[in-house]
Amino acid sequence: MLDFLLEPFALGFMRRALAGCLALSVAAPPLGVFLVLRRMSLMSDVLQHGVLPGIAIGAIFAGLSFWAMGLGGVIAGLAVAVLAGWLARRTGGREDSQLAGMYLVALAAGVALISTQHSIDLTHLLFGNVLAVDNTALFGMAGVATVALPALALIWRPLVLESLDPGFMAATAGKGGVWHLVFLMLVVLCVVSGFVALGTLMSVGLMMLPAIAARHWSESLAGQVRVAVLLACLSSVGGLILSFNLDIPAGPAIVLTAGGLWLLSLLTGPRGSLWRQAMPDA
Amino acid sequence: MKPITLDKVELRHGARVIVSGLSAAFAPGSLTALVGSNGSGKTTLLRAIAGLHPLAGGRIDRGGLMPADIALLAQGSHLDRSFPITCRDVVALAATRLGPFRSIGKDRLAATRAALARVGLAEMESRPIQALSAGQFQRVLFARTMVQDASLILLDEPFTAVDTATTRLLLSVIADWHAQGRTVIAVLHDLELVRHHFPHTLMLTRQAALWDSLPDAGLQAA
Ligand SMILES: Nc1ncnc2c1ncn2[C@@H]1O[C@H](COP(=O)(O)OP(=O)(O)OP(=O)(O)O)[C@@H](O)[C@H]1O
Ligand SMILES: [Mg+2]
Repeated sequence: MLDFLLEPFALGFMRRALAGCLALSVAAPPLGVFLVLRRMSLMSDVLQHGVLPGIAIGAIFAGLSFWAMGLGGVIAGLAVAVLAGWLARRTGGREDSQLAGMYLVALAAGVALISTQHSIDLTHLLFGNVLAVDNTALFGMAGVATVALPALALIWRPLVLESLDPGFMAATAGKGGVWHLVFLMLVVLCVVSGFVALGTLMSVGLMMLPAIAARHWSESLAGQVRVAVLLACLSSVGGLILSFNLDIPAGPAIVLTAGGLWLLSLLTGPRGSLWRQAMPDA
Repeated sequence: MKPITLDKVELRHGARVIVSGLSAAFAPGSLTALVGSNGSGKTTLLRAIAGLHPLAGGRIDRGGLMPADIALLAQGSHLDRSFPITCRDVVALAATRLGPFRSIGKDRLAATRAALARVGLAEMESRPIQALSAGQFQRVLFARTMVQDASLILLDEPFTAVDTATTRLLLSVIADWHAQGRTVIAVLHDLELVRHHFPHTLMLTRQAALWDSLPDAGLQAA
């Protein structure tokens, strides 16, 4: 049993993957909590598909370089985020069909572009490959976490107010848009930085699932953030162990673990869980 | 302080003209009720005075007031009530100009406490807003308006979904503002209440804007 848990991390690349995923587990879920609160969960779907064409173009120009692919992903992610924000304003919040259209096209474009590059394994790009987590990728993840956490702390209050009451923010402070943009930038950075280990389609899972599950554990914002980080760390460790022992890609393994924790929260968490609803005064 | 003057103001939604040729002046420290039927443009006018709705014509002179000097309590606030935040934080966030390196100091926190106490919510300050009734929540929004410390206060139907006891309390807060020399403009539908508590009225109708001439008692505005 102990072997099952510890053996994976005897290997250098597994330790690198663990360190990187833990860094992301600290940085991404707090952003996910805000995405959930702002009812922007769909945005994360759009982003995970939207970054793919950018990563592909980065690879076409510079080969399998983490920085080139990452830069391409960030640029594409920002473009998609800004476009989605503009659509939301144009349609008065009924943008979901357009967003769905956008991510379908982005995914198709991304896959088509990648297929022209024979050096890249599409499955690895979409679902992650721990073997590919070299020092560069690790620095990328750790670097993003190092930037994202203090940045979120700095914009925390304006972001809370802008999420709670955008009308009030616009009337009094007038600069709601700036905080929103910084926030989206952090989201894009986190989604992109996880692509080597987790895959573009799965790295959003580490951001969103713990955030969704955290709603069942705490009624304060700070509490939800703490729970989300804890759940994400558990998912990273558990997922990597599963991935190693069952020989499945790291991305799906981690997301499945996070999904299991979400299910557990949904069933037994102290707030709004099925157990609570069945026994309100227990 | 200078009066707030509207000069031949025209307001539109898209191509539709909502208000046209409206000229009016609100003296500093005046307390005015804005009345008119549903859809007559009261909300739009209030937002225009706050600088949040573009003018299609005419001009508004705010007497040198900056956006930070104007507080607008929106109609049936669109605020997401399931947001995990306490009453205290909702109020405190409005007490200060927000920015990355600004903190909420002791004096702000004291102002927040005092405002919540004034609206009778001292015991509820660390409750999440989800746990409040509609009337209690309206009190929180009044406390928030208090800490904004604005010289022009705009209230859009502040007493909808509020019982008589709470209405009385909130009216006394409005009276405080009036006594402190702040200019207050409130959109209201209850003409009886307007008659008793508001020295001035501005009635918006399809054709014109009428000062201080409410329809007879018994007639409803709508
Ligand atoms: N976002 C909008 N787009 C288009 N037309 C609008 C919009 N908001 C309001 N209107 C129109 O403008 C007119 C004035 O609206 P407004 O909300 O200012 O009225 P009001 O006097 O505040 O009404 P109520 O008493 O119902 O609050 C209405 O006829 C309404 O149909
Ligand atoms: Mg209105």
